[in-house]
Amino acid sequence: MKVWQCVVCGFIYDEKAGLPAEGIKPGTAWADIPDNWACPDCGVSKADFDMIEI
Amino acid sequence: MKPIIVLGSGLAGYSVIRELRKLNTSVPITLITRDSGDYYSKPMLSNAFAQGKDAASLIITPASAMAKQLDITLLAHTEIRTISRLDKKLDTSSGELEYDKLIMALGADPVRITLQGNAADAVLSVNDLTDYTRFRDALAGVKSVAIMGGGLIGCEFANDLATAGFEVTVIDPARYPLANLMSEEAGQQLLKPLTELGVTWRFGCAVKSVDSLATGYALTLTDGSNMQSDLVLSAVGLRPRLQLAREVGLAVNRGIVVDGKLRTSDESIYALGDCAEYEHGVMPYVLPIMQSARTLAKVLNGEDATVNFPAMPVVVKTPSHPIALLPVARDAIGDWQVLSSGAGIKMGFFDNQARMTGFVVTGEFAGERNEMVKKLAASWHD
Repeated sequence: MKVWQCVVCGFIYDEKAGLPAEGIKPGTAWADIPDNWACPDCGVSKADFDMIEI
Repeated sequence: MKPIIVLGSGLAGYSVIRELRKLNTSVPITLITRDSGDYYSKPMLSNAFAQGKDAASLIITPASAMAKQLDITLLAHTEIRTISRLDKKLDTSSGELEYDKLIMALGADPVRITLQGNAADAVLSVNDLTDYTRFRDALAGVKSVAIMGGGLIGCEFANDLATAGFEVTVIDPARYPLANLMSEEAGQQLLKPLTELGVTWRFGCAVKSVDSLATGYALTLTDGSNMQSDLVLSAVGLRPRLQLAREVGLAVNRGIVVDGKLRTSDESIYALGDCAEYEHGVMPYVLPIMQSARTLAKVLNGEDATVNFPAMPVVVKTPSHPIALLPVARDAIGDWQVLSSGAGIKMGFFDNQARMTGFVVTGEFAGERNEMVKKLAASWHD
């Protein structure tokens, strides 16, 4: 399980925790998040930004 | 081989380098910045205080790590003196440099309104990490904050500071918050949640003068009323940094004028981000930067590319009542229509042919921005 950070706004995505409020189950790998997903903080779409592993 | 030189280490400068490195690992790149070159997220400046974050904790990647990661030469704390366009040379406080292509990612300065009073200079604005440090220090021991401007940044700071327990007053000449970006009905939605958080709204007036008191400041407003505040923050807008472009004779209007390939009136000089004026105008938001950085990277790599701006929603970080919107041009013809309302509102702006050209979703509807983008696209194909 990895932790990723949005390079635009600093938003942290923790694969272990998922994003239940957004319908993303705990344990969802970054690679398995749909391409139409957008960063909940800055609104940049998945295809539009790089997540860096931290 | 002469390098591509990028001026500015904000989101625009770093994004174009990051995108270019995906396409080309060998072209030499030099980044010149008057800042430290640390990579941080500017959108976070207006909602970092309540999270207890200081400037250092906002740095995502330090300058030295960025330089290594992107394989660039980084000249920090360096000022540009002038550009000699004929021989493609820069005169900087770190010496003379030749460039193959020059990228202006200079950003924008906060607009400062001329104020009367002996403490006009004490009014703060927050536009970078250094400003944020000064602002955070100034908040120590303070109870009340007056915010000049109820636009995007003003409302985000109001939400953040009120959450952190400050008595916040927002002063704006418009009738409602975010008036330059969205409908009055949508603006009204934000009033109550922020009022409940402790924000006082003063619409229809502006700050006229700021004078020092034994503690804090006395403010006179344009409607003749007076108020006191321990700190005054100005958030009345951004102005593209044009001085350098103007001095060297590049075409400038509201921003540095660029074409669809992000090229200025000099074919070796490009511009993007908050300093640029695209064919669609000035767009000082995150998504246009990402979009233009990707196109510019391709252009710099010798590919034939033209920037295409899809519908790019702007997210307003007001957690008490979240908002996402697609701004409508000030002179746009059409009407705002309510599509749904409840604990928030969903509205579209429609032209005279029933095509959607803008929207706003607030509160319970704020998560529907992607659906609205689709709806907007569909309204153009029906």
